[in-house]
Amino acid sequence: MAEPRMIEISPVTRVEGHGKVTIHLDGENNVEEARLHIVEFRGFERFIRGRLMWEVPVIVQRLCGICPVSHHLAAAKAMDMIAGVDQLTPTGEKMRRLMHYGQVMQSHVLHFFHLAAPDLLFGFGAPAEKRNIFEVIKEKPELGKRAVLMRKYGQEIIEATAGKKIHGTGAVPGGINRNLSIQQRDHFLGSIDEMIEWALDAVKIARDYTLEHEDLVAEFGSFPSNYMSLVREGDGALDLYHGNLRALSSTGDMIFDQMPYTRYHELIVEDVRSWSYMKFPFITELGPEAGWYRVGPLARMNTASFIDTPLAEVAHKDLKAVTGGSPNNSTLANHWARMIEVLHCVEKIRELLNDPDLQGTDLIAKGDRREEGIGVIEAPRGNLIHHYRVDEHDQVTYCNLIVSTTHNNEGMNRAVKDVAVKHLSGHETITEGMLNHVEVAIRAYDPCLSCATHALGQMPLQVELFGADGGLVDSRTQSI
Amino acid sequence: MLLIGYGNPGRGDDGLGPAFSESMAARGLPELEVDTDYQLFAEHALAVSAHDLVVFVDAEIGRQESFSFTELEPGSPEILGSHSFTPETVLALSATLYGASPRSFILGITGYDFGDVKEGLSEKAAANLAEAEAFFLKWLQEQTSEKEAAHA
Repeated sequence: MAEPRMIEISPVTRVEGHGKVTIHLDGENNVEEARLHIVEFRGFERFIRGRLMWEVPVIVQRLCGICPVSHHLAAAKAMDMIAGVDQLTPTGEKMRRLMHYGQVMQSHVLHFFHLAAPDLLFGFGAPAEKRNIFEVIKEKPELGKRAVLMRKYGQEIIEATAGKKIHGTGAVPGGINRNLSIQQRDHFLGSIDEMIEWALDAVKIARDYTLEHEDLVAEFGSFPSNYMSLVREGDGALDLYHGNLRALSSTGDMIFDQMPYTRYHELIVEDVRSWSYMKFPFITELGPEAGWYRVGPLARMNTASFIDTPLAEVAHKDLKAVTGGSPNNSTLANHWARMIEVLHCVEKIRELLNDPDLQGTDLIAKGDRREEGIGVIEAPRGNLIHHYRVDEHDQVTYCNLIVSTTHNNEGMNRAVKDVAVKHLSGHETITEGMLNHVEVAIRAYDPCLSCATHALGQMPLQVELFGADGGLVDSRTQSI
Repeated sequence: MLLIGYGNPGRGDDGLGPAFSESMAARGLPELEVDTDYQLFAEHALAVSAHDLVVFVDAEIGRQESFSFTELEPGSPEILGSHSFTPETVLALSATLYGASPRSFILGITGYDFGDVKEGLSEKAAANLAEAEAFFLKWLQEQTSEKEAAHA
């Protein structure tokens, strides 16, 4: 039996927060096990307990510097329910939607252009010094500038609707605390056509990559799974802000449909495994072995009956055609799906900017107080659940969150193992480029392992390689 | 001049950067544009490119001193690897995309408590913040005097 070898291992880069990949080799250099361990944020439930319900939508943004708006809106939706409000005013709902589309757009743009593009443009096995945004800019300088301006556009929409860049206060229980001025509207309308043009180009880039690398996309970290997301009530259209839950099998069979998200705890169970802090949710009726599922952009392309914005629907049909209308199980197709959602968001932003309800003054609805609230939203990375109970003093007594990365935990682990087995097993020498394949599989899910500190000197990312005797062969961490 | 304080105020001493920038913003200092964010992103390169002097402010771990103040150079590409950017990569992006390389510094304020989700700074970090503020205000005054002398 061969001796364990010292191997240089690159860190898991371009993934947010604290994460660790462990890869176990047998004596023949075959991958026996490969796992992604995510250090999930803890202590939030304790932190939020005793807080007044009115401050929760603001406080929850402190969970995450990557997608604070998603937490803001999911918490606000839960607090709507507690405030007894089942239907917001038109201005309230449309301002929140505008905020959400701005958030999803800028988040997806960051991921695609800055984190995924180096892999897609130069190849997964390209030298590490080549796989970065600076090399992308050298090849395609206009792309880099567009990405920055699209991000800025989305961030400005967030600031206009939430009030501030960080710790926005826009969404409040029962509605919103501001409308959009004519001046703000005209500012955003001034460059909306350019945003649409650039989003169309981004869809083309992602589409062309997927189709030109059909064989790679078909095999790379690809496997059948169930899919779950919100879809619009009634017609099942893509709806990132609100709707009912739909789950499909890998072949497109409906597992459940149009289920109110307030029943999420009946529909899914959060499983626990000894080796991970992060839970493994599964669909209750299918059990832990068959019931795991994926969420996120590709899941949403699979579950949505259609997209209600014309340009994105053309792109959606194009993507669906690749698999003859059945769910697409290719992990890498997430990039294409992500860009279709950027296009959808920009179309929605244009639609909303032309809607006079954004200048309305009826901002907050009222209802009969309840003790429990559940808010669900389709965040950039997938389904996000916030669940609270409050007492008679409006203080939070219970809190449960299921974030997108938790929903995708099993899928990401399967992708890591699939790619490790295919690309690392049996090789005498394991190169940095080979290990980057594992990272590419993780990055396709754009996992937000955030909710972590980002102080100077921290080293939140680690990869560990274990030899046949179970001993640690190599470990590497990196400050980000 | 642009000041960017960043960090997560919901993570104890990680909020040192925002606490610093919000304190400076509240003073309404002339010629000082202040930005506060959770993290650094690509679009900060655009803001950086429009200034001739930039100071990044972040929490720092593991230093004996209460704060550090270091001049920055644009970073090498391999340190770009996250949703969030380092100051060096923001500078490199500014230089690459916009051809602008303003003189830049990082003010790292030493923090101690980053573990749990909680608001507020630790007592020692708050003291470090006060020291860093006093240092920065003095430094800013020197910069202004130098600039005025140069224009005289």
